[in-house]
Amino acid sequence: MTAMRDVWGEKLVQLGDADPRTVVLDGDLANSTKADKFAKAHPDRFFQMGIAEQNLIGAAAGLASVGYVPWTSSFAVFFTHRAVDPIRMLVAQSHANVKIAGSYAGLLIGAVGKTHLDIQDLAIMRAMPDMTVLSPGDNHELVAMMDWAQANDGPVYLRLTRGAVPDLFDAEYVFEPGSVRELQAGGEVALVSTGPQTSRVLAAAELLAEAGVQPTVLHLPCLKPLDEAALLSALAGHDLIVTVEEHSIHGGLGGLVAEVLTAAGAAPRIDRIGIQDTWGESAGDDFLLAKHGLSAESIANRVRRNLPIRH
Amino acid sequence: MTADPGVPVVSDDLPALARQARWQVVKTVTSSKAGHIGGPLSMMDLLVSLYFRQLNIRPEEPDWADRDRFVLSKGHAAIGLYAVLALRGFLPLDELPTFDKGDSRLQGHPDVTRLPGLDSSTGSLGQGLSVGVGMALGARLAKKPFHTWVLLGDGEIQEGMVWEAVQVAARYRLSNLTAIIDRNGLQQFGLPSSEDTVRTDRGDRRDPWFGVDLAAVFTAFGWRVLEIDGHDYGQIDNAYALAQAGDHADRPTVIIAHTVKGKGLSLAEGVHTWHSIVPSAEDFERARQELEPDELELLDAHATSAPTMNGASA
Repeated sequence: MTAMRDVWGEKLVQLGDADPRTVVLDGDLANSTKADKFAKAHPDRFFQMGIAEQNLIGAAAGLASVGYVPWTSSFAVFFTHRAVDPIRMLVAQSHANVKIAGSYAGLLIGAVGKTHLDIQDLAIMRAMPDMTVLSPGDNHELVAMMDWAQANDGPVYLRLTRGAVPDLFDAEYVFEPGSVRELQAGGEVALVSTGPQTSRVLAAAELLAEAGVQPTVLHLPCLKPLDEAALLSALAGHDLIVTVEEHSIHGGLGGLVAEVLTAAGAAPRIDRIGIQDTWGESAGDDFLLAKHGLSAESIANRVRRNLPIRH
Repeated sequence: MTADPGVPVVSDDLPALARQARWQVVKTVTSSKAGHIGGPLSMMDLLVSLYFRQLNIRPEEPDWADRDRFVLSKGHAAIGLYAVLALRGFLPLDELPTFDKGDSRLQGHPDVTRLPGLDSSTGSLGQGLSVGVGMALGARLAKKPFHTWVLLGDGEIQEGMVWEAVQVAARYRLSNLTAIIDRNGLQQFGLPSSEDTVRTDRGDRRDPWFGVDLAAVFTAFGWRVLEIDGHDYGQIDNAYALAQAGDHADRPTVIIAHTVKGKGLSLAEGVHTWHSIVPSAEDFERARQELEPDELELLDAHATSAPTMNGASA
């Protein structure tokens, strides 16, 4: 398995090879995000903006306005929190062709603690009109999303996990904004997830199958825009919807699914698994996943507990 | 008057243009019952000189790729920019009364998605110089000769993001970028100033940079600093020419332009409360006496099309 950041860096190089409009702006983390691959391949189109993410976003908007396709490199949290105002005004409100790649999003970013974890980025970006919000589940999907973002004018937020993720798809994958991917068909319970969490949800589904429960598994690679009719259709007939995300339960995937279902008048039970109203901490991946109920075992256990009692 | 080849010179009567633009500002804010006055008036001589003597732009082709770029970082002065854009032919003068109204292209703060002729949205303060840095980097990368100008308020450069842009612009030696600071010494509220109660240890002055040598700060950051009277056209023109000249190709330029907030309207000059105010009927009449240009009837006759200025060239 290849780390998602490595695939991101390599794909950036390819985009740079193919399209001279491609530029990368880094907030002094290129060797972490792997934008350093682009810096090596295309040094003239790599801009070191220093530890100053607001200006990085503003300069990206300026470059976009004169015809370039800027990709940004930093940790997600410094974009979606620290630079949220220039993102709002100069990128989203201006419909600037800036691709914001939030690396190290979610819980699994190495033992650096709550200051560096981004567990609200989806909520923040989803609330921003004009912003496309992408959360790839594997490296094939990531590559397809980057091709799409490069080819389509407009603001994009791309949520990246630091490490490796098992393959969900193959190299033929074509990304379509808003699509709902049914990875497994089942009944009674539907598991809905996004990003790298989907692979852990599939593992949970295997555990449930051993216990005699066959869940539907849906993957949402794109929180905005979203084909709401497709989501409603895929969820129809399930008694329990479980959303699972490496993100706060407030305003992210769970919030999105709940909004869509309730607005449509469909009111099954929705159980939102994710980071509750709390912060993260310095710890290893396994510890954090287990503590926040995101490991395959903890997801399976919670689903079993919450299933309607059968007679 | 002479200018660089290729730079259109559309008027040699800048004082008349500035007076007309100031009149449009007061008239529009009064009729729309919204907007800012002090800031648009303080920057007006700088802006008129830029738009009528310096910028290489095409009103008939506002998206022309090689045009000089201008970012009004102090976006709350939008009505001042709209007035100048109208006089320069980017929009009809009779569109100005739509300012700040629903569905208008003339939003309370500049909206790049609505009005051709704008190069950036601004409004949340302190962001414009960063956009200018990106434009200047892009010009260099694309080997384009256009120059990027950013007009900032002296209040908004309290924002940290400005200084992020300042350090990067110097490190990238962006000689194709010029920042103009409208140094009017007043912000919306600031700190109260009273002869009796000034405590300099608390910065008890309304001047946002009281006690700070701004020119020295920019110099220390690696910028070329020009300090001028922002209402003296000779000094403005000279500074603009120097900023674009190639004899300092290793540095961006900042023009610290000392101005008077509310300039041209005696009621408002140097009075911080005129930052944003809707003039009373009495105040408006006084403004009319001071600002209404003799040429008004002539200009209004052209109000629905691009006005022709004295000495205009395509």
